[in-house]
Amino acid sequence: MSIWDTTAGHVVVVFAEALALLVPLLIMVAYLTYAERKVLAAIQMRRGPNVVGPFGLLQPFADALKMVMKETVIPEGANRALFLLAPMLTFALAMVAWAVIPLNAGWAIADINVGVLYLFGISSLGVYGIIIAGWASNSKYAFLGAMRSAAQMVSYEVSMGFVIVSVLLVAGSLNLTAIVEAQKTVWFCVPLFPMFIVFFISTLAETNRTPFDLPEGESELVAGFMVEYSSMSYALFFLGEYANMILMSGITTILFLGGWMGPFNILPVLGPLWFVLKVCFLLFVFIWVRGTFPRYRYDQLMRLGWKVFLPASLVWLVITAGVLLATGTLPTPA
Amino acid sequence: MSENLLPVSPDAPNRRVIEIDSHAVNLGPQHPAAHGVLRLILELDGEVVERADPHIGLLHRGTEKLMEYRTYVQNVPYFDRLDYVSPMCEEHTFVLAVEKLLGVTAPERAQWIRTLFAEITRVLNHLLNLTTYALDVGATTPPLWGFEEREKLMEFYEAVSGARLHSNYYRPGGVNRDLPAGLVDRIGEWAETFPKFIDDLEGLLTANRIWKQRTVDIGVMSPEDALAWGWSGPPLRASGIAWDLRRAQPYDKYAEVDFQIPVGRNGDCYDRYLVRIWEMRESVKIIRQCLAKMQPGPVKLHDNKIAPPPRAEMKRSMEALIHHFKLYTEGFHVPAGATYTATESPKGEFGVYLVADGTNKPYRCKIRPTGFAFLQAMEHLAKRHMLADAVAIIGSIDIVFGEIDR
Repeated sequence: MSIWDTTAGHVVVVFAEALALLVPLLIMVAYLTYAERKVLAAIQMRRGPNVVGPFGLLQPFADALKMVMKETVIPEGANRALFLLAPMLTFALAMVAWAVIPLNAGWAIADINVGVLYLFGISSLGVYGIIIAGWASNSKYAFLGAMRSAAQMVSYEVSMGFVIVSVLLVAGSLNLTAIVEAQKTVWFCVPLFPMFIVFFISTLAETNRTPFDLPEGESELVAGFMVEYSSMSYALFFLGEYANMILMSGITTILFLGGWMGPFNILPVLGPLWFVLKVCFLLFVFIWVRGTFPRYRYDQLMRLGWKVFLPASLVWLVITAGVLLATGTLPTPA
Repeated sequence: MSENLLPVSPDAPNRRVIEIDSHAVNLGPQHPAAHGVLRLILELDGEVVERADPHIGLLHRGTEKLMEYRTYVQNVPYFDRLDYVSPMCEEHTFVLAVEKLLGVTAPERAQWIRTLFAEITRVLNHLLNLTTYALDVGATTPPLWGFEEREKLMEFYEAVSGARLHSNYYRPGGVNRDLPAGLVDRIGEWAETFPKFIDDLEGLLTANRIWKQRTVDIGVMSPEDALAWGWSGPPLRASGIAWDLRRAQPYDKYAEVDFQIPVGRNGDCYDRYLVRIWEMRESVKIIRQCLAKMQPGPVKLHDNKIAPPPRAEMKRSMEALIHHFKLYTEGFHVPAGATYTATESPKGEFGVYLVADGTNKPYRCKIRPTGFAFLQAMEHLAKRHMLADAVAIIGSIDIVFGEIDR
C-alpha cells in the first residue's frame, strides 16, 4: 500500500488536483475580464485596456489590486453576516462545481456517476447568493434585483432541466465523462440543435448576462443586488460571475460540443486544448451577445422561459425519446 | 412597508396582519438613467409603477433672471447652456427673437449657415438621445458608435466657433464668423457617409426583437393627449400629428429646402425612436441642400450698430473703433416690444418670450423649455408600466435638465 492510498494521501492528492485546476481557472477568470473588455472594445470601436503592461495585459491584476485596496463598506441597515456570506457563497459555488468537470478523458477531480445532477444542483444554488445579497443589503434597489433573480431562476431552470434530460436520454448516463464519450460519432449539438440553442440561452440567464442581466439591471436598478457592495465583497461577486460564465461554457461544451474531442476526432492528443478552445468560443459568444443586445424586461424573460422554452424543450424531449425508441437506439442501463 | 396591528379578534389572539404598501423608490438624481438630474419618485407595487412624480429644479441656475443683467449678445452663451445637447438650436431661437425686435434680417449666407448648423445640431441631439436611450434599455454598443459620429460633428462646431459644445456662434444679425476654408467639403463628405451609419445603427435596434419588445406599446401617448400635455417635436409627431415649426412657420432658410416630416402612428417609445431615426435622415438631406445652395456673401449685418465691424477695419477707421467699443461695452439697444419666437429645436418647440424695454438688456426673457412638457406627462406615460419601462420612457422623451431647470 503506497502512501497515496491512505486517507491523508487522498486529501493531499485532491488538494493538489483542486489547486492545479483552480489556479489556472482564476487566471482564466482574470483574463476573461480582459478579453471581454477587448472584444467589447472592438465591437464598440474603442481600444480597450492598453496602458497597464504590453497591450494592457496586466490590467486584470491592476484591477484586482485596486479592489483589494478599497474599503469594504457594510451598510448600517444590512445584516452583516448574510451580507458578507452572499459573495462568498456565490464565489465558492462557482468554484465547487468544477470538481466534476472532466477536461479530458479521466481528468475530473471527482468522476462521480451523477455529475450532471451535481452540476444542476450547484448551479441552482448560485441564485441564493444573489437573493441573500439582495435581502441582506436592506436596500430597495438590491431587493428588486433579488426579486428579479428569483423570478428569473424559476423561469429558465425548468426548461434547462428538460434540455439536460434529453441529453441524458441520448447519452444514457449521468456521468459527464460518459456523456462526452457518447458523442464520439456526432456531437449532440447536431441532433439536438434546438436544445443546444435553448440551453445556451438559458446559460446566459443563469449567469445573469446580457440580455438577461436583470438582477443587475444597470440602467434601472443601478447595479441591482450588488449596489451596496464594494471592495473584495464586490470582487467576489465579480469573480463568481465570470467563473460561472466559464463553468456554464464548460457544461455546454460537455453536453453538446463533444467535450475534449476535436472535430471529427482529429488530434485526440490535444484533448484539454480542444476543451479550452470550445469554452473560449462560447465565452466569445457570451461577450458578443453582450455587445449586441438590449436587455429583456423581467416579465418578458419569464414569458420566454415559460411560454417558449418550456414547450419547445418538452416537445423536443418527446421527439428525441420517440425517435430513440422507434429506431431502437435508446441506451439501456449496463 | 408598514406593520399594522389590527384589533385582536378573540378567536385568533396572536394573529398579526401585516399590510404591505407599495414602496417608493427614489430614482435619481444620481441614477444613471436619470439623464442628468431628474429625481423621480416612483411608487412601486412590486415592479409596477403606480405613481411617477418627477422632481425638478436640481439644475436651476436662474438663467432667466441672470439674462436681465446682461446685454443681448452676452446672453447668447446662456442658450448654449440650456439644452446643452443642442446648443446652436437654442441660440437660434434667441437670435431670431432679437432680430425680430430689432426689425432686421440676417444676410442670406448667414441664414444658410444657421440652417446648416441647426440641422447638424439636430443630428447631434438625436444621436445622443437615441443611443443613450438604447443604453437605458440595455444595449451598450449604440452609444459608443453614436459618440464616434458626434465627435465628427463636434469638430464642425469647433471649426466654426472654437468650442465643441458651448459654441456661442449665432449672433443677432448673422453668425459670428464665416465658415473656415474647406469646412463645406468636410461636412459634405460626412453627409455622404452618415446614412450608412444610420443603417448600421438601425441594424442593431430597429428590427431587434428585444428592442421591439422593450419599446413597442410602451408609454403610449394618444394624439389628443399629446396636444393636451403641450407636446411638440418628435414625440408629438410620433403620436401622429405632423406639426413641425420648420414647416408650419419656416424661419431662416427652411422654406427653401425640401424635406419630409416623419410621422409615427402609435405614439409609443418605438415610434419616438423611429421618428428620430428618420429625422436624422431628413437632416442629412437638408444639410446637403444647404451646402449646395449656399453662396458666398456677408455673414453678418453691415449695420455696425448691431454687428461689430471687421477687426482690420478697426485699425484704420476711428468710427469702426468707436462702434466696436460701444458694442462690447454697452451693447446695442433694442426697441421696446415683446415677441414670442419659437423654433423647432431637435427636442420640439423651443420658445423665447422676450420683452425689450428699449435698453441694452432684456427686460424679461421667458424660456419655453421643450422637455418640461414631456416630463410633466411622465406619470401619464409610466403608470401601470414596469420599472424598466419607466426608464425606457425617460429615454424616449429626450429630456435635458439644462433647459428644464434653467
